[in-house]
Amino acid sequence: MAYAHSEGPPGDDPVMPEIPMAFKILIAGGFGVGKTTLVTSISEVEPLRTEELITAESVGVDDLSGVESKDTTTVALDFGRITIDQRLILYLFGTPGQDRFWFVWDELSVGALGAVVLVDTRRLESSFPSVDYFEKRGIPFVVGANCFDGARRYEPQDIRAALDLDADVPVLLCDVRHRESTKEVLIALVEEVVRRMNQG
Amino acid sequence: MRRPRRPEPNERLVRPYALTHGRTRASADFDLISLVVAIRELARDEPWEPEHRTILALAQHPISVAEIAARARIPAGVVRVLLDDLRTRGALIVRTRATETSTPNLTTLKAVADGLRAL
Repeated sequence: MAYAHSEGPPGDDPVMPEIPMAFKILIAGGFGVGKTTLVTSISEVEPLRTEELITAESVGVDDLSGVESKDTTTVALDFGRITIDQRLILYLFGTPGQDRFWFVWDELSVGALGAVVLVDTRRLESSFPSVDYFEKRGIPFVVGANCFDGARRYEPQDIRAALDLDADVPVLLCDVRHRESTKEVLIALVEEVVRRMNQG
Repeated sequence: MRRPRRPEPNERLVRPYALTHGRTRASADFDLISLVVAIRELARDEPWEPEHRTILALAQHPISVAEIAARARIPAGVVRVLLDDLRTRGALIVRTRATETSTPNLTTLKAVADGLRAL
C-alpha cells in the first residue's frame, strides 16, 4: 500500500504521516583524512555511493574549466544517513577530494546546514582549500583534527593558528573511527550553526 | 534457453540518458536530499520504463533522491528526470527544499542536536 494511505504506528500521533524534513552536513577535507570513516562511524546504513553525471549542459560550460574533456564525467559521492526522529533526517555527504570538482561542492553546499572540515595535522595544507571555501561562502563549519593513532600532536590553538581561523570557529580534536567522537563533532557543528543564527 | 543473459548488477545496458530520452534537466525541486514517497501503484498496462517501477518500489517509504540513485545504481541526474515523470503522472510526491525556509529554525536545530546526543 502506498505510503500516504498508510497509518502511523499504533498509539502514535494519529495525524497522517508527513514526509520528513531532510538536512545535510558536508564532510570535507583532503584525500585520506577520514571523511568516509567519519560517515561510517555514525551512519545508520552502510555508506552509500551515488554517481552524478556531469555534462556541459548541466553545469554550464564556464564551470567546466579545469575539466579535461567536454564529455560526460562522473563524480562519486559517498553519504550516510541519521534518522533523528520521524520528522527529521540528517544526511552526511563526503565532498569530492579533487579540486576539479569544485562545482559539485557548489551544488552540495546549497541548503547545507554546515560543514565539518577534517584535518590531518601531519598535512594541514591539504585542508586549506576546504576552509577557504566555507569561509568565503559564509557556511558555518567546525574543524575536526582527526588524531590518528590517538596521537595528540597539536593543541587546538596551534591548529587554529596554522589554519588562520577566526577566533570563534570551533576546533576539536577527534578520532572519527569512534561514534562518540564523531557525535561530538557533529553536535559542535549544530551548536555553531545556532551561535551564528543568534549573531544574526 | 531463450532467456537473455542477465546483466551484472553494475552493468549498464544503455547509456544513462537514453533512459530519459535525452532529457538531462529535471525540475529544480529535486536535489540530492529531496525526499519522495509513492502515493499510488503503477498499473501494469501503463507505459513505464522498468527503472520508473524500480524507483517507485524504493519509494514506498520516504527516501531521498541520493538513496534512490545509490540503491538503484542509476546516476542521480537520471533519477531526477524519472522522478519528475512519476510526479507529473501523480505517482509520487516530493518534499522539496524549495518549500522550506532556506535555513532551519532554532527549534529544529535543537531537535537535531538533541537527536545526535541521544544516538
